Amino acid sequence: MSARGRGRILAALLLAATVAAPLVVPALTVQFATLWVMIILALTWDILGGQMGYNSFGNVVFFGVGMYASAIVQVGLFHDVGAYTAASGTGVYPFTPQQYYVGLALGILAAPIAAVAVAALLGTGMLGLRGHYFAIGTLGLGIAGGEFAASWEYVGGASGFLLPVFPGAYETRALFFYGLCAALGIVTFLVLRRLYAGRFGLALNAIRDDEDKAEALGHHTVRNKVLAWCVSAFFVGLAGAIFGNMNGLIEPREVAFSGATFGVWMVLMALLGGKGTLWGPVIGAIVFHVFKELFWTYLLGWQRVALGLLIVGIVLFFPLGLLGYARERWPSLFGRQAVEGAKR
Amino acid sequence: MTNLLLLFDAPSLIVQVLLDGILVGSIFALAAYGMALVWGVMNIINITQGEFVVLGGYVAFTAASWGLNPFLCIPVAAAALLVVGWAIYRGVIYRIVDKDLFISVLATYGLGILIAQLINLVWGADVRSLDSGLGTWFFLDGMVTVAQTRVAAFVLALVIGGALLLFLRLTRLGRAIRATAQNARAARALGIDTDRVYAATYAINAAICGAAGALIVMIFVLQPFVGLIYTVRSFMIVIVAGLGNLGAVIGAALGVGAAENFVGFIFGTQFQAAFVFSFLVVVLVVRNLRLQRRRMYLK
Repeated sequence: MSARGRGRILAALLLAATVAAPLVVPALTVQFATLWVMIILALTWDILGGQMGYNSFGNVVFFGVGMYASAIVQVGLFHDVGAYTAASGTGVYPFTPQQYYVGLALGILAAPIAAVAVAALLGTGMLGLRGHYFAIGTLGLGIAGGEFAASWEYVGGASGFLLPVFPGAYETRALFFYGLCAALGIVTFLVLRRLYAGRFGLALNAIRDDEDKAEALGHHTVRNKVLAWCVSAFFVGLAGAIFGNMNGLIEPREVAFSGATFGVWMVLMALLGGKGTLWGPVIGAIVFHVFKELFWTYLLGWQRVALGLLIVGIVLFFPLGLLGYARERWPSLFGRQAVEGAKR
Repeated sequence: MTNLLLLFDAPSLIVQVLLDGILVGSIFALAAYGMALVWGVMNIINITQGEFVVLGGYVAFTAASWGLNPFLCIPVAAAALLVVGWAIYRGVIYRIVDKDLFISVLATYGLGILIAQLINLVWGADVRSLDSGLGTWFFLDGMVTVAQTRVAAFVLALVIGGALLLFLRLTRLGRAIRATAQNARAARALGIDTDRVYAATYAINAAICGAAGALIVMIFVLQPFVGLIYTVRSFMIVIVAGLGNLGAVIGAALGVGAAENFVGFIFGTQFQAAFVFSFLVVVLVVRNLRLQRRRMYLK
C-alpha cells in the first residue's frame, strides 16, 4: 500500500476516534479537549521551529494575548472590565445565555486578530535575530508578557481574570468546548498541510536550510518569516481564547503566559514527535499528553523535576523524535521522502 | 508617575536610587561574567545561570542557619556550587558541548526547571533572606541611606571579579582556558585536555554564581523560581558588553542595575521584572537592527 493510502486510512481512523472519544469516555471530555489544544500548540510551534529553523520559546505570548483579548471583549461588551475584575467574580455581573454566546463568538474572533497584530508588530524586529539570540529573545518576550499581565490591574493583575460562566450543565459545557477545540485542531492541521505543500512551505524550508542563500535567490525572507509567525499566532491566539474559556480562570503566569508549562511543552512535544514534519507534532502531543496525564498526578511535587529530566533526555538522546527515528529505522514506510533522509 | 515628579523635587532621591542600583549591579556583573566565560570558552549559553545563583543563595542561607558568619557563607556557597557545576558538566553538559545551539539552550533550560523544583522541594517555596548583621550609613542629613551590606557586596564582587581575572591570566589552568576559548582544536593539538578545561570552566562559572547568590540573599530575598530573571539579566549584560571584555561587563552590569532600580522606583517594583524581560527584547532588537543596516546580524 502506498504511503498516501496509509495516510488516508490513518486520518479516517483518527477522525473516527475524534468523534467517538467524548462519547465513549464522557468523563475525560475536558482531557481530550486539552489534548487538541496541545496538538495545536505543537503544530504551530513547528511552523517556525521545525519548518523554518527558528526556535521560538515565546509562542506562548500569543496564547496569553488571545486569552486576554477574548476575555476583555467578552466582558467589555456588557460590563466595565476594570470593575468586573476588581469584583473578582461573576456573581455581581451576571451574563444572560445570549450575552454569553455573543460575547464568546466575538471574543474568539478578536483573539486571533490581537495575536496576529502582536506577531506582525514584533515580527520584523524579532525575526531579524537568529539562532540563540532569537531563542532567548523570545524566551524573554514570553515572560515579559506574563509579568505585564500580572501587574496590570485592569485585567485582574496577578490574581487572574475569571471568565463568564457557561450557561448550561457541566457535560454540555465539556462537549461544547471539545467540539470547538477539535474543530480548530483539524482546521489547523489541514491549513498547515496545504501551506507546507506549496511555495510557502518550500520558502520556509529554504530559510531553515540557508537563509542567506534563500535571500540571494530572491526570496522575501523577512516577509515570509513574519507571515509564518502570523500564521502561528493566528491559531495559537484562537486556541488561547478557547482554552481560557474552558479553563474558566486566566492566571497570568501559570496559564496565559506560562513559559515553564505550555511554553516549553510545545517545544518538547514537537521535538518528541519529530520536528520539521507534519505528523510529528501531532504524535508528539498525543504521546506527551497521555504520558503527562498518566504520571503527573503520581509525581506530586516532582512534576517539574520529571519535566526537566524529560527535556534533557529527549534533547540529548532522542533529538530526531519518534517520527525521525521511525524514518531512519523503516525508511520504506515513508516513500520518496526517505531518500532525502531525516533532517534535524 | 507621581514618583517621577518626586525625583525632580528631591534630587537626593536620584542619588539614592542610582547608588542602590549600582551597588546591586556589581553582583549582576559576577553572574554575567560567568555566563560570558562559559559562552566564550564552550560556546554554550547557560540558561541554568540563574538557578546557580539561587542555589548559592540557599546554600549560604543554610550555612548561616548553622551559625556560620554570613560572610564566611560566601566561600561555602562557592565551594558547594563548584562541586554542583562539575557534577552537572560530567552528567549532562559534556554531551552538548559540540551540539548545535538550540540543543544547548533547551537542555540547560530543562536543567534550570529541574534545579528550581529541587530547590523548592528541599527548602520550600517560602521567601528566604539572610541578615548580614551590618548597619546602615547615612549621608546628606539622612536623605541618602546606604546599607553597609550593599557596599560590602560591591567590594566583594570586585574582589571576586579581580581574582578571576588574575586566575585566567596567571595560572596554568587559566591560560589553558583562554587558549581553548581562542581555538579549541589548536589547544587540543598542543596537548591541552579540553574536556578538563570545559569541566573546570563550567564549575568555576557555577562557583562564581554561587558567590553572587550568597551576596544576593543578604541584600534581597530569594525564592526558588526567580532564577530565570538572573539568567536574562546576565545574558542582557553580556550582549550589551560583548564577549570577553571584563571592563565592559562591569560597566553594563552597573548600568542595568541602575536602570532597573529607576524603573522600579518610578513605575512601582511590580513592573521591575517586566522591565528586565522587555528591556532584553529591546536591546536585542535594537542591536540587531543597527547591524542589519550593514546586512549583518547578531552572531
